[in-house]
This record gives sequence, C-alpha cells and structure tokens, in this order.
Amino acid sequence: MSATWLFAVILVLAVAGFFIGRARAMHDADGDIRKLHSLPIYYGLNVAMAAAVPALVVLLVWQLAQPLVIESMVSKQVPDSVVEKVGALNLVMSDVHRIAEGLDRAVSQGAMTSEFADTIRTEETDIRARLAEVGVPLAADVDPAVLDAAQSFRGIAATGRMLMSVVVLGLAIGGFGVAYWLTGRDFRARKYVEGGLKILLIMAAGIAILTTVGIVLSLVFESRSFFSQYPWYKFFFGTTWSPNFRGDSDLGILPLLWGTAYVSLIALVVAVPVGLFAAIYLSEYAGPRVRAVAKPLIEILAGIPTIVYGLFALTTVGPLLRDYFAQPMGLGNSANSVATAGLVMGIMLIPFVSSLSDDIINAVPQSLRDGSLGLGATSSETIRQVVIPAALPGIIGAILLAASRAIGETMIVVLGAGAAARMDMNPFEAMTTVTVKIVSQLTGDTDFSSPETLVAFALGLTLFVVTLGLNVLALIIVRKYREQYE
Amino acid sequence: MNDMTLMDRKVTTGTVKISAREVQVFYGDTHAIKDVDVDIEDNTVTAFIGPSGCGKSTFLRCLNRMNDTIDVCRVKGSIKLDGQDIYDSKVDPVQLRARVGMVFQKPNPFPKSIFDNVAYGPKIHGLARNKTELAEIVEKSLRRAALWEEVKDRLSAPGTGLSGGQQQRLCIARAVATEPEVLLMDEPCSALDPIATAQVEELIDELRQNFSVVIVTHSMQQAARVSQKTAFFHLGHLVEYGETGQIFTNPVDPRTESYITGRIG
Amino acid sequence: MSDSTLGLPPGSGVPPTSKPVRPSLIEPDPKIRRRHAKERRFRTFGMIAVGIGVLALVVLVGSVLKQGLPAFSQTFIDVPVYLDPAKLDPDGNRDPEEMKKVLTFGYSPLIAAGLQADLVKRGLDKEGVTAKEVAALVSKGAAAQLRDYVLAHPKKLGETIEFRFLANGRVDGYLKGRVTMESAALDSNISPQQLQLVDKLRAAGLVQKKFNWRFITGPDASDNRPEAAGMGVAIIGSLYMMMVVLVLALPIGVAASIYLEEFAKQNRWTDLIEVNISNLAAVPSIVFGILGLAIFINWAGLPQSAPLVGGLVLTLMTLPTIIISTRAALKAVPPSLRDAALGLGASKTQAVFHHVLPLAMPGILTGTIIGLAQALGETAPLMLIGMVAFVRDFPEAPPAGLLDPASALPVQVYNWTQRSDPAFVERASGAIIVLLVFLVLMNTLAIILRRRFERRW
Repeated sequence: MSATWLFAVILVLAVAGFFIGRARAMHDADGDIRKLHSLPIYYGLNVAMAAAVPALVVLLVWQLAQPLVIESMVSKQVPDSVVEKVGALNLVMSDVHRIAEGLDRAVSQGAMTSEFADTIRTEETDIRARLAEVGVPLAADVDPAVLDAAQSFRGIAATGRMLMSVVVLGLAIGGFGVAYWLTGRDFRARKYVEGGLKILLIMAAGIAILTTVGIVLSLVFESRSFFSQYPWYKFFFGTTWSPNFRGDSDLGILPLLWGTAYVSLIALVVAVPVGLFAAIYLSEYAGPRVRAVAKPLIEILAGIPTIVYGLFALTTVGPLLRDYFAQPMGLGNSANSVATAGLVMGIMLIPFVSSLSDDIINAVPQSLRDGSLGLGATSSETIRQVVIPAALPGIIGAILLAASRAIGETMIVVLGAGAAARMDMNPFEAMTTVTVKIVSQLTGDTDFSSPETLVAFALGLTLFVVTLGLNVLALIIVRKYREQYE
Repeated sequence: MNDMTLMDRKVTTGTVKISAREVQVFYGDTHAIKDVDVDIEDNTVTAFIGPSGCGKSTFLRCLNRMNDTIDVCRVKGSIKLDGQDIYDSKVDPVQLRARVGMVFQKPNPFPKSIFDNVAYGPKIHGLARNKTELAEIVEKSLRRAALWEEVKDRLSAPGTGLSGGQQQRLCIARAVATEPEVLLMDEPCSALDPIATAQVEELIDELRQNFSVVIVTHSMQQAARVSQKTAFFHLGHLVEYGETGQIFTNPVDPRTESYITGRIG
Repeated sequence: MSDSTLGLPPGSGVPPTSKPVRPSLIEPDPKIRRRHAKERRFRTFGMIAVGIGVLALVVLVGSVLKQGLPAFSQTFIDVPVYLDPAKLDPDGNRDPEEMKKVLTFGYSPLIAAGLQADLVKRGLDKEGVTAKEVAALVSKGAAAQLRDYVLAHPKKLGETIEFRFLANGRVDGYLKGRVTMESAALDSNISPQQLQLVDKLRAAGLVQKKFNWRFITGPDASDNRPEAAGMGVAIIGSLYMMMVVLVLALPIGVAASIYLEEFAKQNRWTDLIEVNISNLAAVPSIVFGILGLAIFINWAGLPQSAPLVGGLVLTLMTLPTIIISTRAALKAVPPSLRDAALGLGASKTQAVFHHVLPLAMPGILTGTIIGLAQALGETAPLMLIGMVAFVRDFPEAPPAGLLDPASALPVQVYNWTQRSDPAFVERASGAIIVLLVFLVLMNTLAIILRRRFERRW
C-alpha cells in the first residue's frame, strides 16, 4: 500500500474515531454530559489522536529512514570489481536506482509482467532497450551484478513497504482500539488529549532543531566526501579557482573569499552610514509627518526580493557605473563589477541597518537625552556624544548582522558581480563570490561524485560557519546591550 | 539640616530672576497649565508642590524649554529670564539651557566615566581653555555637589556604577559645571533612599548661595525643609504662591489648606 | 485667574541688577554659531541619508516599471490565411488524427503566402524585401498557433481566415523603441527595409500593439522566440509552492510558538530551540537550497523542479519568521486574560486555545503573510533544487501536480536575464512587476488585517 493510501486510511480512521469515541462517551453517560469527567469532544479527540498520531509519526519516520537502510544494505552487495569498473560506488547505486525504478515502471505500465520483471536476466533480455521503452534511459548496458543489486533493491523495498503498511495500520487500529476501550464516563480524556497535544507542540518546536541538524549533516557529509577527493589545504589556501572537467581543477577558495569580502565591504560602506543617519534623522529630528511617509518608504526596500535588486544591478547600475565611472577613469569596461554588486547590495541593506539601528537608538532611555539637552547640548551633540556611545554595542551588533546578510546574499552577486574568480583591487573589475560559485557548481548538469560539484558543499559549509559565527556574535552583543537598559 | 522653625526662617527678598506671566501649556488637546503668573527670585529655593498631574513638572520644564522636545506641546504667555522672553522665536534654547540647568527625577548619568560626565557640559560649551582648567572645573563642581571626597580616587570609573544618591549628586555636579544661573530640579529625591535624600537636601540648601533653585517635589516635608518660597499647583492652576512658612502655616486658599492637611492629593 | 497672582511682591518684573548680566539669549556668539552650523550639517546628513533611501526606492521601482511595462503589450500582425486543403489534409477525409501528420513546417508557407498576397492586394510595396524576410516578420510560433486552430476546426479547411499572429520579437522591439533603424542595420535578424515595411503595415492597420494576456498566462518559450514567452507556468509553480508553505508553515509555526511561549519551561532545551530559531532566521537562503538538494532530492529521492520540494525548502526558511512574529503576537495578549481563564477552572490548554490564540490570530496571520511574501520572492534556494530548468508544460492540478516540474516567478526572472536576446530583459522586468504586484497585495492584506483587528490593551 502506498504512503498516500496509508495516509488516507489513517485519516478516515481518525475521523471515524472522533465520532465513535464521542458517541461512546455520551452513551456511557446516558446522554447527560454532567456525568462525564471531560467534555464529550475530548473523548472523540482522544480516540482520533490515538488512532492517527503514532501511526502518522511512524509512517513519516519510516518513509525517511527506509531509503537509508535499503541503500546501506544493497550497497554492501555490490562487488568491488563493479565499483572499480564504474568509478565510484554512488554511480553504481544511481544505476541500481534507475534499473529498479525502470522495472517497477515497466510493470505498472503493463510493459512487463511482474514475474518477468522479477526473473529478468541480462543474458536473455536487452534490459537497456526495454527500459528505454518505458522512458528510463540508461547510460550503458546492464552489468549482471548491478541487475542483481537492483533486484534485491526492489525486493527489500517491496518488503519494506509491506512491513510499513502492516506496522502503520496495526498502530492505527491498535491506537483506535485501546482508546475506544478506555473511553468511559470516568475516563479523564481531557488530560490525555492535552498531554498528546503538548507532545505535538514539542515536535513542532523540534523541527527548528531538525532543520539545523539537517543543514549541518548535509553540509558536513558532502564536504567530507569532497575533502576525501581534494586536499583541504589546497581548498583553504589555494589562490586559483578554475574548475574543469578534465579532473585537474584548481579549487582554491581564497579568490572567492576575496570577492565576497570586497563586495560586502562596499555594501557596508554604503549601507551603514546611510542607514544609520537615516535612522538618526527619523528617530531624533523628523516630524511625525515626515516620519510617517519616509519610514515606510525605506522599509519597502526591505520587502523587495533580491532578484529585483539583481536585475537592477544588471540592467541599470552596472551599465551606469561602467559608462560614467569605469570607462572614463580607464578602470575597465565590465558592467559586472564588485562596485555594481556592492552598491546595489548596500541599497538593499539600508533598511536593514536603519530599522535595527532605529530599535537600538530608541532603546537608549529618554532620560539620557534629557540630561544632555538640559545641560544645553544641541541635538547633534547629544546624539554624537551620548546616544551613539550608549547605543554603540547594539549598533555594532546590527552591523555584524548586516555583514552576515551581505556575505550570504546570492542573487545580487550572481547578476551583478560576475563569474570570474580573481583577486584584484580594482572595484570596477568583475569578481565572484562564494555564493555565486555554489550556484554555478550546483545548477545545470551535476555529477554528485566529482569534486567540481562537491566543492559547492564545502563552500556552503564555509559560508554557514562564517555567517553563523557573525550571527551568534551579534546576538550576544545585542542581548547584552538590551539587558543593560532593561 | 535646617533646625529653624518655619516661621523663623529668613525670607530672602532678592531680585527676580524669572518672571512668568499668563503661561498656558497645551499637550495636544489637553490644557495642562492654565494662566500661571509667578516670579522666581535669585538666591532662593522655590518649591513647586501639588498633587500628581497638577502640572508642576510641566511648568518647570517650560522654564528651560525642555518641553520643546515634545512634539505635541505648545506654550503660550511670556516667561522672562532677566527680562528677556525665553520663548521669543529668536532665542536659542541651547543658550538658554546653558543658563538654566536641570536635574531630573531619576539619576541619569551618561554611560561614561565620572570625570567625563561632569566635563560634558563645560566641553560642549567650551568653558575650559585647556585640560587643567577642565580638571579644575570638574573638581570644583564635584566639591559643590559634595561628591568630591567620595569619588576623587576613581574619576575614570563609570558614573553608572555609583550608588543612587551618588549618581544624583553626580547629575547635580554635572549641571553645576556649566555655571548656570538657575537650577531646575524635577523631584530630585524621589528615586533615592532617606539617607541619600538628606544629603541631596543639604546640598540644595548650599547651592542657594550661587544659584536660584527651583525644585518640584511631591513631599511637603521636603518643600518645608529646603525652600524659602513655595508655589502650590492644582489642576494646572497656580493656586497659591508665597513664603514657605506662610503657605504651610497660614494658607490663604482653602484648596491649599486641604492639600497641606492631607485632604486632597 | 484671581488666585494665580497671589503672593507676587510689588514691583516685580523689573530687571534685576545684582548679578553681572550674562550675554543676551538672542545674540549668538561665534562659539554658538559654530555649534549651530555643526548641528545643521549633522541634520543635513540625516536628511540626505533619508533622501538616498527614498531616491533608491524611486529609481529602483522606476527602472523596473520603465523596462517592464512594455512587456504587457505585444505587437500583432493580422494575416488572412488560406487554409489550403491540399497541403493540410492530403488524405482529404478531415480526420484530425491524420492531419496531425502535417507538422508546423507545412503551415509556415501558408502564412508567408497569406501575408504576401495581402501585401499585393493592398498595394503595399515591399521595396527589396525578399519573400523570406516578409515571412520573418511573423513570429516563429505562428505556425503552431495556426496548426492548433486547424486541428481544432478541421471543417474550416478551404476557407480564408483572418488570423492575428504575434509579430517577431524584433518587430515588437521596433514598435517599442528597443530596435531602431541603426541597430537593425547591424542586426542579422532584421533589416531596415523590413522595418520600413513594418511602418507601412502599421499605417495600414495590420500591425498593432495590443495588451498581451499570453505574457501572464502563457508558458515560457525558447531562446529565439521572446515574443511568445510567458510566465504562466512560473505563476502556477509559485502558487503551488505558496500553498505548500501555507499548509505546512502556518500550523507548525503556530504550534511551535505556542509551545515556546505558553508551555515551555525555562531550561536548556528551550534555550537551545530559541537560539536555534533566531539563528535559522539569519542563515543565508542559499544554504537552505543546499539542504533541500541534499535531503529532499539526493536522499529522499523527490524529483527535481517539483513545487513540493520548493515548498518544503521555503517552509523551512519561512518557519523562523512565522515563529518569531507569532510569539510576539502571543506575548502581546495580556497575562490577565490567561489568569482570568485559569481562574474559572479552565486548563492551561483551554486558556490558550480558547482565549489567547483567537486574540493573537490577526498578529499571527500578519506574520504569516509577511513570511509568505518573503518566500514568494526567494530565488537562490530554488535554483539549487532544479527550478532553473526550462519548463513549458503546465503542471497538473494538485496533489499530483506538486511533483510535476514547474518554475517559479523569481526563478523565471533569473532565467530570462540569462538569455542573449535583449527582449528577454523587458520580459524579466515585466515578470518582476507581476511579482511586485503580488507582494503589494499580500502586504496590503497584512496591513488591513493589522489595522482592522489591532487591539490596544
């Protein structure tokens, strides 16, 4: 039974359980709800939850875990000789997947009988041709060992699916039965329902943790397989980036880090003064009417998707900088440049810096401002000598957060900065960043066993670690700062 | 402290420093101060008393235009400092506040060192020609605020690290350092414990030698202890203004009497 | 007020002379002047900063509108086509199945001939434009349009029917000012003579610009037919993903927030979750793309380019936003309400679900809409899970369609920017306008919700 069907059956059981449980409780109380411990709805919910929740959880976990288990069982079966011939285990396994999928599809489309598919032999049938008929193209003829692996893959998968159906249905019916049996006028249904509900809530909160775990695991595992093929010191200290498909790629991260740092620096040089001054003006000087207009307008900038900024860089800012700055000054004639991407990214960060600074400046107590103004200081003296120093930790935290944003930003640099990895001082030269290379290495035709693809995960890991470090640092600083005035 | 009975207290008949005529203050649509006339004398401690919300703090903040920082606040009428209307459109509030200093309800030392806190005013107003002079001003101000002995060894420590009473005296030192003529104090002891309060009250009495002091307080005892003149505010009106002794022992207005005896408030 | 003048000493108001009179309050000394100049400079910097922000917005939106608005109109050419039965239905039995054997190549000459004949009939001089070049004025997709029509109406064979075909992208560009006589002289795809002919056709009313619904509803087209490219598939793809995000992120986010805000005890575990969520909110979006690629596609084996996968990735990205705003909304409900419910003997759960949650709902929905708006504009993670692929076919209706390949609006924009023909830049900007319209609508809804249900406690 497929997962969708199982899901549907569980839902039906749950809905039925709701009504049956409620009816049973009412019946037991002779229709008088005052005799029940809990409201009737709780009895219904109790049965429904008992039927649905454990079964659905097992279904989900099983669905996620089964591929992993099968993978490890089948990959043990593949003889080393085949692995050597094809090159890498994961290439063999992707063939195994395709053959197994092709056979299943052939059976479901009626192109083969299921017995024929189970006993198919490479000697007797041209499997490649038969599978191509049902729309599963294979790169080469099928190796008998691979076919064996595919068959056992199908076998285990079928057994797994059946076991899953049995276990899940058993759980659903069992849960239903137990809850139904427990239902009675003195049963404290509300307590159980609330307990179950709380577990669901905890699980929802746990998804945040799972996401982080997923990110870390996927980055670490794939990076490990990258570093097993490419030496780490060449990655971290290499000064050339030139991937090619002959297999002698130079994958040094330094030029990418340089580009990332350069673009981010320009972005911050634009965004920090503008954002900070805008925040100061709006919170300390502007009248209510100016504030009511200007503040939302600047905040709109924050809601504009980065692809829009990217297009803006590509079609407007890039040519503008090239025609009016780079070419007259003899600094190159590329529309894609660090300056383009940095400037546009700076604009994107203005609202980010200004709204963070605004919060922070507003957190400085009014009494400090009054104290300074009461001594005869002008507003700007008050801001520069009292407000800003008092808010400094918070502002530094905001700048760190903005830096982390800039480093992780993708679309603006993809469209604005260029693709040439280069370490240059000229801001009107096209350079590239870590995020651009992650995109370019992972889009298009990718082969998940070559270092040229896997390097993207190592880049992602680097990016993740750097931004995480900045975020944590910023959060600590800001939190400390807030405590100071609370 | 002052052990004299109220009736014995010497009444200063100094010169008028600030004279207010027909002052009205509006907060948006609220009429907060109604038609207040008052003359504040030099070298005198004048106390503003009254129940909370009576407008005494609002009126105090009018005297150095601190209300300018509130968008919805409007002031009408005339307030003259040494005969000059401080609400004249040509008057610079910055210059005004250098002459009319202010100490606030809650001690609000800047997050800087003790020295920098006191030096802040002289620095922005350019009162010292060099570092030595600045150090002299700081010392003199701290002495005037009776804080010097306690902090002279740790002038570079943060001002926020002092105790509440010390912080408030630091704020007074900070205000005194700019050599104002009038010192406005908005309930300067309300956030302090009794011992710190006693110290600050003693200080206020000494400050009278050099400044005209206006103090807002909701403690009648405090008004009686430190002031020579008392003004009683009620619902935005200045109900009664006169010698402190006379207000407390022989009030003219029945509302004043009710307040003094604790029937309204 | 009579009582307000009480106690005034007689003769007050006379300026005192006991102390040395200070400098006037009105006449500033040089020092004060310098300080005020500084103040004005500082203030001006602030105004300039605000001005830069507003100006950036105006220029940004202005440039998108200027480039993108023309994409919504398109140049069409009216051509009377004689549906020649001998060519289109050689067997002569009007069976659509058999007529399918005639491919679009069979239809192109009919259009060329129709246009040619029309020129002659109207007495328009081609002036050195070859027959092939005349035919090239019509979009390369016109033959397919004609074929679809004929296969749907086999009875019409033998008639001459007036068709409105898309004009070639360059002709469209000429009408919109993107292509000029000068640029055409250097262009191998169009010549100035052709453009002069277009001018004549235009004068005759055969060539005209019309609002182009197909740009919004139609599928993407290949590299050499920018005039036919539409964003229908991308809109559907984005819509599907938003559905997935809404269905998953709203309940999960609300549940997680309720737990953290109402039930969780202050301990390490809760602390860990909280730090985790605030960090996830700041993780670069592309990292979520890597996560999606590694977990959902490589590991779980879900198909590439599927809206379901995109929706899952965006859900994980949006969750922190929703959780943070939901918690703020829950926090804003005063504790006295919870106490009131608990005091009546309600359980904690009842208090939360009956009283707190309904009151926090507008805030939660506002946060959710803002999260959705963020997800709608997200590009980078979708590129990694294969959404950059060229997709021409509309996905089926959900749920099956959630696994069909589709595109997404922002990715479609990116796709068009990567193509060589400048006509695609116009289309990319046009798609951005649609994207921005969606975002404006969503944010307006959020603002209305907030205004309408905003409560002051």
